[in-house]
Order: sequence, then C-alpha cells, then structure tokens
Amino acid sequence: MKPRLLLIFHLCWITLSSVAAPVDFEKQIRPILAESCLLCHGTDDSKGGLRLNSVEGATKTLKGGGVGIIPGAPERSEVIKRIVSKDPEKRMPPADHDMALSSEQIALLEQWIAEGAEYQEHWAYRPLEPGAIPSVSDVEWTKSPIDFYVLKQLDDHQASPSSQASDSTLLRRLHLDLTGLPPSPEEIQSFTTDTSEQALESAIDALLSSPHFGERWGRHWLDKARYADSDGYEKDRIRPNAWRYRDWVIDAINNDMPIDQFTIEQLAGDLLPDASESQKLATAFNRQTLTNTEGGTDKEQWRIAAIMDRTETLGSVWLGLTVGCARCHNHKYDALTQAEYYQIFAYFNNGDETNTKVRQSDEEWDAYLEAKLRNETTIEELTKEMADISKELTGGFGPWLENAADELEKADVDLSLEAQIPMAVYASGKAVGQIHQDGSVVISGTNPDKATTTLRFESLPQGTRYLTLSLEPDSSFKKKGPGRAPNGNLVLTGFQIFAGKDFKDAEKNKIDITSSVSSYHQKKFPAENAIDNDHLKSGWALGGNVGKTNQIHFVLAEEIESSEKIVIRLHQNYGGQHTIGRFRILASPALPLDLTPQLAESIISKKITKIQKTALKQHYFLVTSPDYKRALDQRNERFKNTPKPPLMDVRVISERKSNPRSTHVLRRGEFKEPEEEVIPLTPAFLPSTQENEGTASRLDLAQWLVGGRNPLPPRVIVNQIWANLFGEGLVRSMNDFGVRGDRPTHPALLDWLASRLIELKWSRKALIKEIVMSATYQQSSATREQLLETDPQNKLLHRQNRYRLEAEILRDAALVTSGLLDRRVGGQSVFPLMPKDVAALNYNSSFKWVTSTQGNQHRRGLYTFFKRTAPHPNLTTFDCPDSNVTCVQRNRSNTPLGALTMLNNGTFTEAAESFALRVIRETGGIENRIQFAFQAALARTATKTEIDALTALYSQSLEHYSKQSDDALALLTNKDAPESERIELAAWTATLRVVLNLDEFITRE
Amino acid sequence: MEVNLSKSMHRTRREFLATSASGLGTIGLGSLLAGDAAASNPTASPMSPRAPHFKPHAKACIFIFMAGAPSQLDLFTPKLKLNELHGEKLPKDILEKARFAFIQPESAVLMGTKRTFKKHGQSGMEFSDYLPHLASCSDDILKIQSLHSEEFNHHPGQLMMQCGVSRFGMPTMGSWMTYALGSESANLPGYVVLTAGRGSSGGATLFQSGFLPTSYAGVLFRNQGEPVLNLKTPDGIPDHLQQAGLNTLRDLNQERYSHMRDPEIQSRIASYELAGRMQMAAPELTDLSNERQSTREAYGVGRSEPKGNWRGSLPHLNTRDTFARNCLLARRLVERGVRFINIIHASWDQHSNLDSELEYNATTVDQPIAALIKDLKQRGMLDDTMVVWGSEFGRTPLGENRRGRAANTGRDHHPFAYTTLAAGGGLKGGLTYGDTDDIGWHISEKPVHMNDFHATLLNRFGLDHLKLTYRFQGRDFRLTDVGGHPIPEWYA
Repeated sequence: MKPRLLLIFHLCWITLSSVAAPVDFEKQIRPILAESCLLCHGTDDSKGGLRLNSVEGATKTLKGGGVGIIPGAPERSEVIKRIVSKDPEKRMPPADHDMALSSEQIALLEQWIAEGAEYQEHWAYRPLEPGAIPSVSDVEWTKSPIDFYVLKQLDDHQASPSSQASDSTLLRRLHLDLTGLPPSPEEIQSFTTDTSEQALESAIDALLSSPHFGERWGRHWLDKARYADSDGYEKDRIRPNAWRYRDWVIDAINNDMPIDQFTIEQLAGDLLPDASESQKLATAFNRQTLTNTEGGTDKEQWRIAAIMDRTETLGSVWLGLTVGCARCHNHKYDALTQAEYYQIFAYFNNGDETNTKVRQSDEEWDAYLEAKLRNETTIEELTKEMADISKELTGGFGPWLENAADELEKADVDLSLEAQIPMAVYASGKAVGQIHQDGSVVISGTNPDKATTTLRFESLPQGTRYLTLSLEPDSSFKKKGPGRAPNGNLVLTGFQIFAGKDFKDAEKNKIDITSSVSSYHQKKFPAENAIDNDHLKSGWALGGNVGKTNQIHFVLAEEIESSEKIVIRLHQNYGGQHTIGRFRILASPALPLDLTPQLAESIISKKITKIQKTALKQHYFLVTSPDYKRALDQRNERFKNTPKPPLMDVRVISERKSNPRSTHVLRRGEFKEPEEEVIPLTPAFLPSTQENEGTASRLDLAQWLVGGRNPLPPRVIVNQIWANLFGEGLVRSMNDFGVRGDRPTHPALLDWLASRLIELKWSRKALIKEIVMSATYQQSSATREQLLETDPQNKLLHRQNRYRLEAEILRDAALVTSGLLDRRVGGQSVFPLMPKDVAALNYNSSFKWVTSTQGNQHRRGLYTFFKRTAPHPNLTTFDCPDSNVTCVQRNRSNTPLGALTMLNNGTFTEAAESFALRVIRETGGIENRIQFAFQAALARTATKTEIDALTALYSQSLEHYSKQSDDALALLTNKDAPESERIELAAWTATLRVVLNLDEFITRE
Repeated sequence: MEVNLSKSMHRTRREFLATSASGLGTIGLGSLLAGDAAASNPTASPMSPRAPHFKPHAKACIFIFMAGAPSQLDLFTPKLKLNELHGEKLPKDILEKARFAFIQPESAVLMGTKRTFKKHGQSGMEFSDYLPHLASCSDDILKIQSLHSEEFNHHPGQLMMQCGVSRFGMPTMGSWMTYALGSESANLPGYVVLTAGRGSSGGATLFQSGFLPTSYAGVLFRNQGEPVLNLKTPDGIPDHLQQAGLNTLRDLNQERYSHMRDPEIQSRIASYELAGRMQMAAPELTDLSNERQSTREAYGVGRSEPKGNWRGSLPHLNTRDTFARNCLLARRLVERGVRFINIIHASWDQHSNLDSELEYNATTVDQPIAALIKDLKQRGMLDDTMVVWGSEFGRTPLGENRRGRAANTGRDHHPFAYTTLAAGGGLKGGLTYGDTDDIGWHISEKPVHMNDFHATLLNRFGLDHLKLTYRFQGRDFRLTDVGGHPIPEWYA
C-alpha cells in the first residue's frame, strides 16, 4: 500500500506544480505550519531535532537521521515522509493532537518544497511596504489614497463599494466616532442644509477640535492602559488620585500630542531630560497595574507580577504580540524566546513604584502663588516695621539689661526649677505609669500605637508661670529612650494644663500657653507644634538626640494659684508607638520683667552667649514696645498660615538611582526560581536601533518602539485607530500580529497608513481626518444581501460596519438625547446611580457607593468610578473591560441582560422621562413631537410606519395614565408637576423609552 | 469534534441565528446527546444547548464556594499525631521549605484540633462534630483529601479555583461549561451566581467570562430587591404597557431590519424576547412559598441569625437564612435547566478565633447543603447534578502566632494539602480519596491539582478538557491551562 500512496501524492504534486501558480508561503504554507506543526517544532520545542520556523531549522539533519526538508525534493524530505506515513506511530501530526492535514494541505507542502521551500519573513516583521497606489476601475469614487487600495481589492473580486451614507447617518456616525456624543437636532439641520463643498470637512474639523474628542479617544486608550480607580486583588483599595492620569490622557489627545511622544512620555517620561511634572505624571501608565495588599503576601512576588504585566501590556499595545506566552517558555508559535521576554522585562525592572507631586489644578496653583506672594509681602513689611522699631530702641538695651540684673537681684529669685510630684498618673491602654520619689514618671507595660498621659497634681507652687517637661533617659527603653518608640524617639503632639477648685472643675478650665521653646528639636518637629491646636498629628520630637535629657519649656498666660488642683495632659497621637517613656514636670514662678527662667538665668550668670543675647534683646523689644509685640504676633501668625502648595500625590514609576536590580530568566515564570541573567535588549526578530547595549533604559525601549525603524508599532497603532472607525481592524486579530494571527485584509493599505502616520509626524488627529474623509469610511453600512455569500464578514470593506455602541457611549447618548448630560471635562471620578448591594459584593463588603450629586451623576460614562472587584454593572453588561489586564479589543455582546438594562435600569428610565420633558417643551402635536424625538435620538426623520406605531403606543399610554394617575406619579421622578401635565409626561415617557431602546439608537450605523 | 469557536465564527453563528425564524431556545433537551450536529448547529444562540464530546453523566453543576479557605483539619481529616504534637515545633525539614503568610516560623508550634471525629455511613467517612448533617450524606459524598495549589493568597487562589489559572482575564468554570454546553433553560441565564454573607476577596472577578463573550459571564442573583438587576419593570409601567412597548419595539426594529438587513437586529429582537421571558420566569423561581413547608424547613429557610459576634454574621445580612435559600434556589434552578450555579459564601479565613468562627460557619452551611443533596437524591436529580463544596486552599496544622497576637487561636493559609467534597453527577459516593502525612502538612498519597479536578469535572459533563479550547491571542486556552488529568477512580 505504502508505495502506491506515495505515488498518488507524487502524481498530485506533479499535477499541481505543472499547472498551479507558485505557492504563496505567507498565505498558504505558514498557516499550515502554525496550526499543525509549530507547537512541537517551533521556537520552543524541536522534537526529533526539527524546527520548522526557519529554513535553517528545517534543513538540519535530524536526530533519527534524514533531513526534515530538502528543498526541491519533497519525496526525500523526512517531513513529507512522516506526514504521509501509513504507520500511525510515525505519522505526523500525531493522531491524538487532532491536527490531521487534508490532502490539499499535504499537496501544498509538497509543492512548496518542490519549489525550493523558501521561507519568507513573517509579514508583520518586515519593513513597511505600501507599494504604489494601485489603479482602479472608478477613480470618480475615490476621495483618498485609502480608497484606491480598497477599490482595487473590490475590483479584484468583482464587487463594488456601497453608496455614500445619507447626510444624517454620516453626521451621527462622525459625532459618535469622534466625540461619542450624538448630534443635536440643530447640528443636523445646519449640516443637512449646508450645500457648500466644505460642509463635511468643517464638521469634521469642528469635531476633531472639540474637547469631547479627547474623552472619546482617551477612553479607547484607557482600555489599553487598564485604567481603574482601585488597586485590584482582595483588598482592592481605592486610588483617589488615579484620575489625574486619566485627565493626562484626555489632555494629551485633545492637544494632539504626537503618538511617538505620547508613547515615550508614558513609558519613560521620568527619564526625559528635565522631565516636567506632566511627563512624570504620564508614567502613571505603568502604575495602572494591580497592587496586592492582601495580608501575608510576598512583596517581591507581586512586584514581579506587576512588571510582567508591564512587559505584556507593552507587547499587546505596541507590538500586537502575545508576549505573555514567553513568560514560562519560548513562544510556541512566534519567534520570541523566553530569554527575550525577560530582556524586555529588564527594561522595567529598575523602575520603582513611587509618587510624584502634581498641581491639583491650574486655578488652585495660580491662587496659591498669589496668596504666597501676598503673605511674603506682608511678612516683609512686618519685618521691616520690627527692624525700624528695634533700630530706634536698640540704644536702650544696655541700660535695660543692667536694670533687669538689678531687679533680679532685688527679687532674690530661686531659678532652680522645682520638680513637681504628681499624685496620680493615667496612661493609655494597658500601659502603666509609675511615680518615683524624685517626681519622675516612668511608663511601662504594652506600648500602644498612640497614647495620652494624664497627670494630676494636688497643687503647684503659688504663682507658677513656667512649666518644663523634662524628658529623661532610662535604660529600660530601647536606645535608652526617653521615648518608647523602637528608636527611642517620641512625638509630643499636644501639651495642655487645666486648673480648678477640684479636678472636675479643672477639666473645664484650660489655661492658655503663650509660647514654648525646647532645648532641642527634630527637623520639622519644633516646640511650637506641641501647643498648636492640632493634638492629633503635628508635634515636637527629638529624633537625633535620643538617649539624653531633652527639655521643652512652656510659658503660661496666667499664674497658678496654689489652691488650685491641676491636670496636665500629654498627647502622643503621632502613631507608630511614639510615646513618652520617662519624664518630670518642673515649675517656676513669675519673674520680674516677664523674664522666663531661661532668660533670667543668662542675665544672672553674666555669661551671655550670642544666642542668649538675641533672645534677651527680643524680650526687651517685646516688653518695651507694644507695636513690636503686635508686629511679631502678626508675623508669627503669617508664618503659621503660610499657604500650602496645592499638590497631590500620583502613583508613577521612576528609575531607581542606586542598587540596580539584575534581571534573570525565571523558570516557568516563578519568582523564586531565577536562572541565567539577562540585560535589557529588544527581541532579535525586530530591527534594533539601540546603541547603548547593556545599559539601555526604558527611554531607549520607548524610542525603539516609535523611532521609525521598527515596523510593528506603526502597523499596530494604525490598526487600532482603524478599528475605532470601522469596528474591525484591517488585522482582525488586533492583539495578535504573530504567525497565528489574522493576516491583514488589506496589507498594502495597512502599510500605507502606517507610513502616512509617520509622515504626518504621528498626529492622531491628522490620520483620523485622513480616514474619515475617505469614501470608504463614508459608505452606507446597510447589509448587501448579494454579498452575504461572498463577503459575509465584510473583509473587502464593501460597506461600512454597523455595530453597537460601547457601554459608556450608550449611556452618554441617552444622556445627550434626554438633555441630562453634564459636559464638564475631567476631574475626580463620579458615582452615578447604582444599587447598593453591587458595591457590597467586594471583599468584606467594605466599599460604599454614594451616588454623586450636582450634575456629577450625569457626567460622561468614562468618569464613572471603576472599582475593580465591583465594577458598575451598566458598564460590564455592555462589555466594558474589567481593567485587570490590557484590552485592545472589546467584545460587543447582545444579551438579555443588556436588554433588561436598557428597558428597566433607573439611569435609562430617568433619561426617558427627561427626554419626554424635552420633547414636550420643544414642540406641540403628537407627530411633531415624534419627529423631534427621532431627530434628537436618531438624527433622522421618522417614517410613516414609525409615526403610526409610536402614536398608537402614545394613545394607549395616555389612556392608561388618564385612568390611573397613580401610575403616572409612580413612574415619574418629577412629582411636583400638576396632574394634567403629569399624565402627558408619563405617557410620553412610556412612549419614548421605546425610542431609547431601538436597535438603531444604541447602534452606530 | 472540537468546541472551539473563534470570535469570527461566533459572529457567523449569530448571523445565521438571525435569519432563522425559530430564534432562541427552540432546541429541545434531546440535542444534548444528539452528537456533533448540535454543536455545529448554525441556528444556535450562545446559550442554546449543545452536545458534549461524549456521553455525559452530569448535566448541571452546583458549585458551593467557601471563600477564605475552611480548615480541613477541623472538619474532615482527623490527625491523631497532630493532637499528640500539639504545642511542639514543626519538624525542621518541613520548616525550612515552608512559606507562611502571617506565621512567624521561628516560634510557630503545631496546633491540634479540639473537634471530635466519627466515622459515618457504610463508607465510614469521617467528619467532625461541626458537620452532623453532611456526615449523614457520607455515602453519597466523594471526599478528596489531597488537593493542592500553588497560590498562597486569597484572590489569586480563588482565581485558580474558578479559572484553572490564577491570572486575570480568564473565563471561570461556569463560563467554560455554558460556552461548551449552552443551557437548557430558555427563560433563565445558563450560569447563575448566588451569594450569602460578606463579599469575597475575588468579588465580581469570580464569575467573569474573561476572554469568552460576555454572554458566558455569571449572572448574579440578588438577595434583596429584584432577583436579577433590572428585572423589574419600572414603577408606574403596568404589564400591559410594558408588553405594548415591547411589541412596538419589536415592530420598529423589524422595520429597521427591512432597510438595513443587519442580522444583528434580529439578535437584538431575540434578546428582548428572552429578557421578557426572564421577567416572567425569575420571580416565579425565587418565590419559595410554593415549596412545601417541610422542604423549606429541611433546608433551614427562615433560620434566624444567632446572637453573637462572628465575621460572617452581620445583622442586616441574614447569612444563615440567605445561604439556606441559596441551596433551595439552586435545586430550583437545576430543575429549570440552568447549567451552572455558583454559591459563594465568604468569611472562612480563620486566622484567629478558629473554633467559634468555624462553628458559626459550619452550622450555617451544614444543614442546607445536606438538605440539598438529600432533596436532589430523593427527586432522582442527584445522578446528573454535581454538587461541589470547595475552597481556594486549606489551613495549616500550625497555630497562627502572628506578630502582635497574644495567643494561637487560628490557622494560616495552606495550599499544600486541602480537602474538597463532591456528590452526584456521576461521581462515586462514599469514597475518601488521597491522604496527607501524620500532621496533615504534605500529601502522602494521590495528589490532585486543581487542573485535575477540573478535568474530571468536565469529563463527567462529557467534555474532554484537552478539546474544550478557545483561541485567544493565537493560543488555544483551556480551563485546565497546560495540565489536568481526569481521575477515573472517582467515576461512579
């Protein structure tokens, strides 16, 4: 049997080779290899020593002897022998793989080998080859080079393009495609009556310069960026400032930032020379990865997971390649090796997750600069006033000082501060305070995160005016204290004193503290923080001086009577166990000339240091000149109220400056199993433009993508843009330009567009304009039944495509039509209507959804807060991606849940009512109203059939609500309308909700 | 025959559907076994029943998911040795290789169980005193004691359990099943999700359809208000006006079709018709008043929430009553032809207060699940309905000495060996499969990976896990990722 079979195939081959056209490797052979051979004989695996992904691999001598492919000799090629073998043990592909080849496929392989077994480089990796613009049958029809490419293919298949869509369809299509907002009846009126030649182009230009263009095309990009407002994973914490990146995208697209720059800033903006705030913000693209804050996670595992996501997102978005397949092993089908996966990974491996400060808004920033200047000017003025006064008074300082010394001597004051022994101490939580003989208090027991220590004193010495909190080291604390934090530090966030006839009375009577000064303070934790009004966070601390005695002195606004009971409260609310360990309270009475004990001591000692002299002089000015005191107080007030820059933190990445990480291949993608080290390097099958091998940065990677020599990114990008204007890409497998992906339906057109994009300096708007100005784009989308057989999927582009609007746009359209849309662009994410229990699905049911107000509930869909583990069902029901991984191609499902949403969901019922109100106010008469509704919703006039059907529904509804006015009340959110109007409004609401449910309404035709 | 519809094929199928007058749900039950014809039937909707690869034993699955990971050591697998070694350190060879979430390995000690175990039924299957009702079903239950997973944290682990791989963007089990087999219900979604108690770590990602079309995503039934989101006609729209509106809508869509000839318009019409039928069918489904009083009581419907402080019990959640209702609803869904029901019950993550928390949870689920198994059996439905009780991983034999905690009162995550139960659907009852070492740390015999479990589950539905594939980004993906071996020893 066997020889005969071979003979048959041999004959077959002879027949084919003598008659048929030469075989086309790209179209006919590669698909067979990709489908049936490469799984075991490709980049990853070379079973039996055979690799069929290149001519070198295919013509090598095999392990079992023989040669896989001998060009020109199919009958001697082991591959053919095994394919036609009768022996089930030997036959390829193996029976259990379910990949059996058809006799046509075998014949093709034989012919290909006979013709020399020439391999061609995969089309997607080749340089751009737009070729010459082809000649076509009907030049009249064409409006753009695009049309020549399309018409050529139609000519080749004896098919013709469709007629141009009607003006109204075209206008609605352009509005939906470019801004996502359907046109108003006025816009339709003015467009359809404008007969000038520039009417279409002007409409397109207006749409391209609309601020809503950036929203529409920004959302396309956000799908790819996997943008969301929360972390993902179990805890799924919210990311309150994530929207800044979303707004960056909208702005960049509105400003038509060239796509090459758009790419570079997002991937590596931080590495640009003198990176601006906006360029750093752009790298938030890389931070749209998920963050796992579940308890007990290994941080390195999830750091690596995020970098893998960055690597794979880059692959999908710019290269159209399924890079992720090479995470665990060489790619089965494409030329990417596992080492190359980690070479790309290496570019990202030293980008650390950091925050960058960005201005909250331009308005707030301008206001801040103004306030800052105002404040500085005032401070300058006050400083000058004080300087003037001191100049005037300075001559009197010497005599005053002498006088002060006399006064002190006369008064014979005792300046040794007296330790006060409390009668009781109350510590927080399970901590305990112990009072020692010398008045010191030592705190022990469980150290709480935050603490408040309360002291009670039977009395303080008569006339006490000054208090000192003396913090003292103790070997029982880490680093000897005096704080109980693991580093010996503490933060005193507040010091308060109360006095009264008994302790209960004292609690009501706080004594003001006029100033505080300390022996030492940690940077940014000065003594005045202990007496400000904030006892919760800001405080005085002594980091840098632990293990020693530190003192803080307080001046009381009034003297203490010895008959008073005293309560002192020490607040330690900084957190992180920054609590007090060992301390004493010292007291001192009032002194002549309002001197503090510290100043008095310097006078008495006669050894006045420079610093003390300054302090004394200041005191002299203060007690001598009320104007000086006022100016100083005012200046202090100004300092305290220095305007804070309105900045916010946004999560970005930035390159680590020291200890760079090395990158290793990870066995099977396991973070704990590093293998050989790799350096940042681009894959070998694509042209390299890199010069600094080995030290290449993320910036090099970004520039490699859009430098012009790498053919994949421009192809992939124009394909994405095309898909947003036709519903399908020229390459239908938008995320797979590899050997298993679809070939472009119009290869030369794809390359022409890619070249054109580069010619247009990567301008998104210019390329879009080029496409929408084409006759191809402007065709009608009606199905042509005579072409259903030959071109059911419209691969020839014999018409426009007709498809359902995306989740966000569907709602936007309903909001525009009903007049509810709030058109504000940008800002924080919003919370439109949603049942509460949906949010509660999330972990621990901890997430609360509070519906926005003041128009924010009616903002465009792209502003809806996106919580990854509990997304808004109106979004997901209509295929909004889940934002967990990049999405370059949305589904368009047609499900009963979608129908239920459109029919019954509160958002759409509200829109129907508002639509009804708009129609009633606009015009009178049933037919007029239906016509207006059709213009508003569908941008066209209603037919008689449509008018009749809706009139009948309206009459039935009106009849019902006239009889059952309670139902009208129940239906409407507007409960205040008079009954007569209410019935009419209800009837129109019940009628127009049907219009909002029409297939045509939710479809872009 | 391969159930592998690429995206473009799906589109073609829809186009064909549209031109057929029969529309949705007209293909009867018989076609499930009719061979290749049904799977390639171009007039089928995404949810119309399709034939599996070979003769199935099961046709519906009720997957009861205990999110958070219950302790197998306190419910299913008694370890005398562990009790003996209570308070001692973990053997060194284990300690060195082990990974922990919260445990401090230097000072960790083994923790025995306070539960008592007994053998039950003819099979002598062991259950702890916390599960008296399930124990009474032991001869119908397949107990697998040797499952293992690579995932150490909840969300990834839960994805692994639902999707066979712990990555985002993958379809869940129910999506794969309905993608392969469609559903026999013409009026209800083919893949239904019920929840009780708090939300789970995975949230909505646990019933996503991933790269499969959205038609195959799980549909969440709610515990308050309308049973399915947007099911209820707006207030003030009486039924006859809703119907009149739907009729007008159909006529106007038909009118547009006559101009555009787009098959998608016919699909739209069909979707609205199914939506209308769901509006009728779902309220009837969730109305339990037409069940016998004795049935409701058997499931524990109407149980009040005990007074106490447990994670899974919040006053407004009525967890116990809701869970009981879910189990009864699951049976009713299966009766109506729904393919896959996922009951999600969270709060099993007992890092502390293990005894009290576990008792609350076990008592919550024990009676309703046992009632479900018995009810299905008594109605002759257990043979082709598979009930599964499972979690993302198990809990460690060590007590959890997390930093800052005074006492060991809980257990940490343990993906190296844990237990899952299954009953019916062509699986062998009364079988205890696989075992672990003396302290329950490692698997000692017959390890089962989640991919193996899924492969076996699919087999019972007549599906070859290697052939149930979907091409996405050039790769043919499977529920069992790159692994999976069906386990014939489990077949009834």
